[in-house]
Amino acid sequence: MRLRIVQILLWAAAVLAMLAYGAILITEDNAPPPAEQAAFRPSFSLPDAEGRLRSEAEFAGKYMLVFFGFTNCPDVCPTTLSEVAQVMDALGAQADQVQPLFISIDPERDRALGLADFTAAFHPSIIGLAGDAVQTRVAAESFHIYYERQDDPSAPDGYSMSHSPSLYLIGPDGNWLRQFSYGTRADEIVADLQARL
Amino acid sequence: MKHILLTAFTLLAATPALACNSVSFGDLTVEHAWSRATIGASRPAVFYVEISNTGDTDDALIGIATPAAESPILHETVVTDGVASMPHAMSIPLPAGQAVQLAPGGYHGMLTGLTAALNEGDSFPVTLTFQNAGAVTITVDVLSMRAAGLECDHAAQ
Repeated sequence: MRLRIVQILLWAAAVLAMLAYGAILITEDNAPPPAEQAAFRPSFSLPDAEGRLRSEAEFAGKYMLVFFGFTNCPDVCPTTLSEVAQVMDALGAQADQVQPLFISIDPERDRALGLADFTAAFHPSIIGLAGDAVQTRVAAESFHIYYERQDDPSAPDGYSMSHSPSLYLIGPDGNWLRQFSYGTRADEIVADLQARL
Repeated sequence: MKHILLTAFTLLAATPALACNSVSFGDLTVEHAWSRATIGASRPAVFYVEISNTGDTDDALIGIATPAAESPILHETVVTDGVASMPHAMSIPLPAGQAVQLAPGGYHGMLTGLTAALNEGDSFPVTLTFQNAGAVTITVDVLSMRAAGLECDHAAQ
């Protein structure tokens, strides 16, 4: 008889554990996805193609879509900027509430190659920024992004750049909101922005 | 709803439909070859293609050549721990019975030292060399800089 009670208690415990596990799964489903990183306020002070210093304060009140890249990049950067262009077109009249920025992580070469014609080829609204080495490093650190020059004999001038390829979304108050990982479809980005605008 | 329709339309409109070239030789079918327009000739261009291996033996893409660029080379974009880098791909495996894409964010050809700017609507030849199947020359369509891929109008072929 004792054994029988123990058996019942054990079964009851097992059922409770399963119920608890189910409850965790359900609440996890409903809870907002965990933030990838704590909120932060990125900042930058970088010259545009005409040499005018631009900073995040200028774009207060707007959403910023920020991509760090380099114009010699044949694959990731054009793919992302063409997505940004599709997003801006799809936003229609709401596009004036979003400022896309391309920040060069290879500023010296990108200045020489031409920054404005590169960004304009994707979308006229994209502002290209290319500072000096220190300005660029400071801006990248404030966005928590990584980049590094990599020697590559097959690349033009013998080097390429490795970099964080995400697209960063900054809110009208200047706070980081989220990033879109490389390869996020333009329609997903549009849907996210339209829900906020 | 209007926005969704507008979005869908814009996305569709961004990828023009072309009567794409498809080349079959041996067990390999090579199709959907495209590149992006460039600004001038000083930045590298890109080369994308889809290769199907319908045979029973593995093959591999081991080289590309084109009169459009001095040093075309195979690369792979790799995103590791949130950082994208672009190592040289010595060869791109083509397992038996599988299709492999050289596509944005993955394997691609990097065309360095362009002989001339690539303009939208241009086409140029690329010769692909395979480990077993030998070499084949295909025609690459140049799409706009904003293109995300080649949409082929198969009915027109």
